[in-house]
Amino acid sequence: MSDRSVPIPLVRARGVGKSFHGSAALTDIDIDVHQGEVVCLIGPSGSGKTTFLRCINQLETYDKGAIWLDGELLGYKETGDALRPLSEREIAGQRSKTGMVFQRFNLFPHLTALQNITEGPVRVLRQDRARAEASAMQLLRRVGLEEKAPAYPSELSGGQQQRIAIARALAMQPQLMLFDEPTSALDPELVGDVLNVMRDLAGTGMTMLVVTHEMAFAREVGDRVVVMDRGRVVEAGPASEVMTYPKEERTRNFLRLVSRA
Amino acid sequence: MRIIHPVPYGRYLAVALILLAAGFIVKSFAEGQVDWSVTWRYLFWPNILMGLVNTIWMSILCMAIGIAIGLASALARESVNPVLRGASIFYTWFFRGAPLILQLLLWYNLALIFPRISLFGFYDARTVDIITPAVAALLAFGLNAGAYASEIIRAGLLGVDRGQFEAAKAIGMTNSVALRRIVIPQAMRTVLPPLGNEFISLIKMTSLASIIGFSDLLRSVQNIYFINTRIIEMLMVATVWYLFVVTILSIFQHRLEARFGRGFAKGGRR
Repeated sequence: MSDRSVPIPLVRARGVGKSFHGSAALTDIDIDVHQGEVVCLIGPSGSGKTTFLRCINQLETYDKGAIWLDGELLGYKETGDALRPLSEREIAGQRSKTGMVFQRFNLFPHLTALQNITEGPVRVLRQDRARAEASAMQLLRRVGLEEKAPAYPSELSGGQQQRIAIARALAMQPQLMLFDEPTSALDPELVGDVLNVMRDLAGTGMTMLVVTHEMAFAREVGDRVVVMDRGRVVEAGPASEVMTYPKEERTRNFLRLVSRA
Repeated sequence: MRIIHPVPYGRYLAVALILLAAGFIVKSFAEGQVDWSVTWRYLFWPNILMGLVNTIWMSILCMAIGIAIGLASALARESVNPVLRGASIFYTWFFRGAPLILQLLLWYNLALIFPRISLFGFYDARTVDIITPAVAALLAFGLNAGAYASEIIRAGLLGVDRGQFEAAKAIGMTNSVALRRIVIPQAMRTVLPPLGNEFISLIKMTSLASIIGFSDLLRSVQNIYFINTRIIEMLMVATVWYLFVVTILSIFQHRLEARFGRGFAKGGRR
């Protein structure tokens, strides 16, 4: 075990800050996500979890600190001693390396399930359609919805839509999957199917950053948990440790409130 | 117990009134002094067909110009650049605000303001040679249609959920690809009915071009009744053709709506 040199984390955030109209949404966030890790972001609503996730995918811009994905600075390039914002095309390129799953699925309603999945590979990665369709069918099989390939999103349940959305994100062969409260908009009986797909995905070694209110999932699947409150990281550590023996008062309060619900 | 439905007297009354009115109209046209054989004879008269063709290509070209400018103007209006926004607002304000017939006359008389048109010395010509009746009509109707289309398209774009744009960007699409592949196809669904409306009114508005000497359908009909004095018979020829064109267009619109309605709960083929 001599080769245990510390690897570069896939995601490295240092001192990330963001404010909306003068009020701080994120303050001084340091988070590392290592290759193959599942990190769950938990905390009360409005604590900045989603905002941080959206900064990684650059649906929001951060205005302090820095985020690196696989060693590459996100959103800016260093020229001399200054940082310049990347062009729209360069940002799109960086985005295509991360997959995003939204709370409200955001499937394209005018496309079938299969077309939703092939759209990115065909239009962005310029794969030929036959190849993209073949791998899309594999993904559909993986999320257990092979027979829904020709269905439109409006004909699918929320849970099915979210599984298609996961397949859509995976089709881009991302290095990192981001999940923004993926089960919050689902009927309770549909949550399990989506969590199962995520559990399988974690089992394949996919690096995942998950904003979630599913504490059981965080405990079971999460390697580490990061607790956020009012735009700051309150506590971070191995899931079992943080959730069983929280060190911080605010973490204890939050966990107590969640367990009562 | 038996359910007794109330007698729909109102509905019976409406049906009776409509039948009465329809009968009256048919009777008056049958008895009136309209010589339908004249209408029939002139329906496929070469000059009439020429006018019809002119009306059709003028309408299609103006609508194409209108949609192109309308899309650009709608995007400019939603842009973050204040100059683009201002230009778009000014454009719709002017070209919707001034009466169409006035705009037509302004373009036709452009030579009075600019006797010569010159493109930075590369090209130079007398304005009267360039602004023919057809060009004046294209400019007037195209720019006017663009101003209306701009607002219609903007409403359509605003109607598409923001999450769609984000999802498109999340799979690495640039703004223009996201717009073309994801946002515009969804906006089409809400944009088509009012745009079809706009097209139909444009077809009829092109008849205004007859006042500056463009040989459209109405003008070709008038040219004949000035000579043969069968005014009503000739106007019926034009009516038949206008209704024919609008009917074809409605069928086409219906097909397009079905095409872009796919995937949305109601209407449209699976």
